[in-house]
Amino acid sequence: MAVQTAETAPPAAAIPVLGPAFKDALIAGLIALGLFGPLIGFETVIIDGALGLAYRPSLLAIMVGIIFFGRLLLNLTLWSPNRKPSTHTGPTLFDRAGTFIGPGVKPALLAFAVLFPAIAIFSLGGLNESRYLIDLGILILTYVMLGWGLNIVVGLAGLLDLGYVAFYAVGAYTYALLATSAPINDFFAGLFGATFWANWAFWICLPMAGIFAGVWGMILGFPVLRLRGDYLAIVTLAFGEIIRLVLINWVDFTNGGAGIASIPRATFFGIPFNAGPDGFAALFGLPFSPMHRIVFLYFVILALALLTAFVTVRLRRLPVGRAWEALREDEIACRSLGINTTTTKLSAFATGAMFGGFAGCFFAVRAGFVSPESFTFDVSAMILAIVVLGGMGSQIGVAVAAAVMMGGMEMLRNLGFLTQIFGNDFDPSLYRMLIFGFAMVAIMVWKPRGLVSTRDPTIFLKERKAVSGDLVKEGHG
Amino acid sequence: MATSPANGLPRWEADPILIVEHLFMRFGGLIAVNDLSFKVGRGDITALIGPNGAGKTTVFNCITGFYKPSEGRLILAHGRAPTPGEIAEVTRIGERSLVGRDAGVFLLERMPDYLVSGGAKVARTFQNIRLFTGMTVLENLMVAQHNALMAASGYSLKGLFGLPGWTKAQKAATAKAEYWLDKVGLTDRADDPAGDLPYGAQRRLEIARAMCSEPILLCLDEPAAGLNPRESLELNTLLRAIRAEHGTSILLIEHDMSVVMEISDHVVVLDYGTKISDGTPQAVKNDPRVIAAYLGVDEDAVEEVEAELHLDTNPTGAGA
Repeated sequence: MAVQTAETAPPAAAIPVLGPAFKDALIAGLIALGLFGPLIGFETVIIDGALGLAYRPSLLAIMVGIIFFGRLLLNLTLWSPNRKPSTHTGPTLFDRAGTFIGPGVKPALLAFAVLFPAIAIFSLGGLNESRYLIDLGILILTYVMLGWGLNIVVGLAGLLDLGYVAFYAVGAYTYALLATSAPINDFFAGLFGATFWANWAFWICLPMAGIFAGVWGMILGFPVLRLRGDYLAIVTLAFGEIIRLVLINWVDFTNGGAGIASIPRATFFGIPFNAGPDGFAALFGLPFSPMHRIVFLYFVILALALLTAFVTVRLRRLPVGRAWEALREDEIACRSLGINTTTTKLSAFATGAMFGGFAGCFFAVRAGFVSPESFTFDVSAMILAIVVLGGMGSQIGVAVAAAVMMGGMEMLRNLGFLTQIFGNDFDPSLYRMLIFGFAMVAIMVWKPRGLVSTRDPTIFLKERKAVSGDLVKEGHG
Repeated sequence: MATSPANGLPRWEADPILIVEHLFMRFGGLIAVNDLSFKVGRGDITALIGPNGAGKTTVFNCITGFYKPSEGRLILAHGRAPTPGEIAEVTRIGERSLVGRDAGVFLLERMPDYLVSGGAKVARTFQNIRLFTGMTVLENLMVAQHNALMAASGYSLKGLFGLPGWTKAQKAATAKAEYWLDKVGLTDRADDPAGDLPYGAQRRLEIARAMCSEPILLCLDEPAAGLNPRESLELNTLLRAIRAEHGTSILLIEHDMSVVMEISDHVVVLDYGTKISDGTPQAVKNDPRVIAAYLGVDEDAVEEVEAELHLDTNPTGAGA
């Protein structure tokens, strides 16, 4: 723990601040002018069908002014040499708040997740009105689940995987291909009746999607076992792209870029959500609403996400989970203790991939349509960002990060109020990624090890003490 | 200690636990270990010493499977000393090991590192401590019992559902970890991260962790490096206790001669990858080749030593 010596140091004579601060701000402003000049100062416009340049000196002046005065203000206040350094030692206010409310966070979040559809319906005054919020909840929970799945590989085992979307795709296509397969449909039609496969396909394919994705995880894991760090990341990235390109180009099998449509929808354990006499609404005596299916899907993904969390928490306390974390800490020491690093790495890949497969299967049944466009590198990057932002290895951090990232991205779509400031031709959605990027940089500066940077020990003798993130390694292979 | 009462042979000859035969390790053109043969006695504390760069750690890495030797045979004997017939048999059939009811022969050069530890029961520590710094002291000791616990957890299936068999195994493993924590005096720090321990405690924890994997041969790479005299003394006591209470044979690399001469039954001296001396600490201490290798004496001193040596046999040969 760093000991602050500021209190014991003699009070230094006030150092002149205004001059240097002004000079520093001027330099920053000149750099900003140089950078923003070409970027903001010029605008390409079409003049009489030809490309021309327009000039925006006022906007440029505003931007440079923000940099200059912002820097000056910081120099005079936060960064001033006369400012007394913080003499506070020990946990920060935030950490203390964390330990105070910490035990209540998980049950509270869980209760909120379970009650979310009800809250949405009551606050918005109706099933149909709440559709947007519940859809958003489904999206967030899908990413929570994907984050928890990838957390096993990246957070626990320390294997940097940039191609996680491949397993998501394998799960989605497993369901899409099996559920729309005519021979399988005919086979079950002969055995149990014509609608059997359409009604039960999801529940039968869900475990299969997980198994297929897990097997793919192992297949992809084998060649990359000997790679570490950056090299591992590049090869997993390549695998993610390979899967997508195969899906695009193997037209006979996957229908190529056109994708697979009219995939059977989810059923309430065999009871379809339709307006017919055998439908969910009729059997439960409710007026028919398409929202029943959406709310049910919400609870399906919630259950899947909770299953992921439960299995991960359990596995962490088992020898295999401890071996994953030990592998992240020191692979050579693992081998000296008789741990087979090959099977340990493969089990981490396979387990993480399995949950990706479950999530993919859910994605296919929710959308009713899959195409390779849904499985680009962006998705991998987003999931990895969620894991890193949440704090590697932390369940609750990843869940919060997923909610913040996906929810925040959606919020940024609704920046309508900004048009009142910047005028009607201002399109706020264009700035979505910029604001998102700023937010990520800010959080990483503020909390470099993620939102939850401490590690929870898996076993204790007398007292459970969180391990500081400084001691926990990120893994390198 | 070192001599067997039966036939007057030193124990490493009568009942070896590890036989190193004609070990070579080449890295490109560099020969790090050159035709090294020695034996480690069962229940002995054997020290492998030599000047810096003599190839000691390379020998360790070969024994523990981290390097595949260029040539040579490394025989580990469980139970009793193997007969030449048994060794010839396991070598001929091309297997990694031949395990009978009362004895087992393992050819370490054929095994990957995790099997040397998990199967042949050879544990090791490292010259630069390799603890799982982000895990607690107790967790470090639990990871060391991975293979036993993995089987008890039904390869995670039983453990996932918390079946009683697994819970019991976990309790037993924790008890064993507590035993070793007590042994190395770290019970109070059990729930602290291993990276927070002071250096000497980290060294002791690494030994405890190795012992939690229940080895029959414990290989320690410079266990006393960086310890103060009091800690060195504690280490001697600990190693003696390990040998006395668990019957674990110990092979150690050490530069601290107070440790080596104090506790070892048998010393093997390496220089430039070859063995220059092998015997009891007393015999080795007085071996002029060892003195020359260690002190790096100049020409005159070598002549003096030689003169002294040859005084009895060849009185006129001094300085010739």
